[in-house]
Amino acid sequence: MGLENFKSESFKSRIRTITDGAVTVLAILATVLVVLPLVVIFGYLVYKGASSLNLAFFTQIPKPEGEDGGGMANAIVGSAVLLGISSAIGVPIGIGGGIFLAEYGRGTKLANAVRFTADVLNGVPSIVMGLAAYALIVSPHIGFLPFVGHFSAFSGGVALGIMMIPTVCRTTEEMLLMVPHAVREAALGLGVPAWRSVLSITVKTASPGIITGCMLAFARVAGETAPLLFTALGNSFMSTSLDRPIEALPLQIYVYALSPYDDQHRLAWAGALVLISLIVVAVSLVRYVTSRGVLKGAS
Amino acid sequence: MVLCALSIFAIVGLIAWQLVASSQMTWQKFGIGFFYKTFTNSVTNEPLYWDPVNEQFSALPFIYGTLVSSFLALLIAVPLGVGLAIFLTEMSPRALRGPLAFLTELLAAIPSVIYGLWAVFVLVPLLREYVNPFLTALLGWTGFFSNDNPTGLGFLAGGVILAIMILPIISSLTREVMSAVPHSQREAVLALGATRWEMISMGVLRNARIGIVGAIILGLGRALGETMAVTMVIGNTPEIHRSLLSNGSSMAAVIANEFTEAVNDVHRTALIEIGLALFIVTIIVNGLAQILVWAVTRGTPSQVR
Repeated sequence: MGLENFKSESFKSRIRTITDGAVTVLAILATVLVVLPLVVIFGYLVYKGASSLNLAFFTQIPKPEGEDGGGMANAIVGSAVLLGISSAIGVPIGIGGGIFLAEYGRGTKLANAVRFTADVLNGVPSIVMGLAAYALIVSPHIGFLPFVGHFSAFSGGVALGIMMIPTVCRTTEEMLLMVPHAVREAALGLGVPAWRSVLSITVKTASPGIITGCMLAFARVAGETAPLLFTALGNSFMSTSLDRPIEALPLQIYVYALSPYDDQHRLAWAGALVLISLIVVAVSLVRYVTSRGVLKGAS
Repeated sequence: MVLCALSIFAIVGLIAWQLVASSQMTWQKFGIGFFYKTFTNSVTNEPLYWDPVNEQFSALPFIYGTLVSSFLALLIAVPLGVGLAIFLTEMSPRALRGPLAFLTELLAAIPSVIYGLWAVFVLVPLLREYVNPFLTALLGWTGFFSNDNPTGLGFLAGGVILAIMILPIISSLTREVMSAVPHSQREAVLALGATRWEMISMGVLRNARIGIVGAIILGLGRALGETMAVTMVIGNTPEIHRSLLSNGSSMAAVIANEFTEAVNDVHRTALIEIGLALFIVTIIVNGLAQILVWAVTRGTPSQVR
């Protein structure tokens, strides 16, 4: 009897060990299955992009269909214009919202609602943002308003700017929350008014984090295609006018990827590499700043 | 500051109002039937869903395509993503943790058009040459894999690229939720003589399960609205097929494809109405996911996403 019990116990324990081992193997397998393709994709993108990039890519505008050569200078300039508009909209509003969440509204119902809405807004598909910008700016025909009533760089910039707000807002909040409470107490204890303490103590301390957070939002928006399809529309010539359609890197990549010409494929890969480098820089900076702690150097 | 914060509500309201106002024409013409009705082609007697020239519109094939590709993506991404998260939080050597986390973060930030570019030139040929014939030979009898589509595009290609895109999101959120489980839980289970898997399943997964469901739903929300990569590989035909290897379309894909070339006002407003449906669905899905994730991570500082 006692021996039987012992046997079944040892059998159970063996099953437990085997299950444990099996799960470990499965988890490692999952990791390999995930990481390997991702590394392959990433390596392939970098390889294809690096072998396609040349000086003409940055200096020339596209050649007519079917002709080799040319570059994406117009798309680079266009992306810069669009990102300029979107940053002008997204960064101040986002940072303001973040300061409210972390400093003034902490723990209040309003702040929770704002935080929740920002997260939900973050998940709204970018193509819906494009539709909204179209309905808001491109489609109405109001004569006396500038930029309204036709496809324009402005409408694309607004769509991207709206997309930046929730990201900037939430990262700003998170960076501000990393500033220790003692710093705020010290400032207030010295008799500094609350607004002053927020602006020149807390925000200043967290500024490296906030700036890199903005960069991340910037890099992410730089790769957005869907909201630009029917706002900025695309333009095969150099343009910096806010009132006209404008080209953007991701738009150009989309069009060229589906084109039948090999040389346009090459340009698409090169454009992809440029976007990826922007993102690698932004993500590494954010990682560096958050791992080091925002405080170093400022406190 | 309060104004900036309130502007977020204003933006959501503005988007909703604009979409509702500009999709009125379709709503009045088709009503709720827009989302499930089927028309019949008077010549061939085949079902017809989307005929812009004759102003007959039904969102059914796009809803079908979105659901099929998203669930396919979840089917692939959830086991892998959760497995990766388990490995990273509970098993991986410390030296590996940082680089892997960095890699997933990086891949979550890569624009969808670049995934699409890769899919068009690498994934689709791969599916066309090797995977699709293999699936047809092995599982053709189920009806889900009949290889009558020589392009390699279709629901499967869309599902696979979506899976690759939502993997980083699911795994990084799952990881965040799992690391929010207090260490004392793990220690307590281990102290009772549990193996590592028992510790993970009883001590960690059981406590984090709501958050993990939240992470999966968040991945679903991302997959539902994903536009560019899907548009580039799904085939873009407004048809419903049982076979996963057939061409199809999705809600986001049809907007991206047809909006600038809409043939008439009804066509354009029909596309906006699809966008409105997408907006409402993603708001609900994301809201739900957010609540679930918060239920677990509340109290611990979340990471920058």
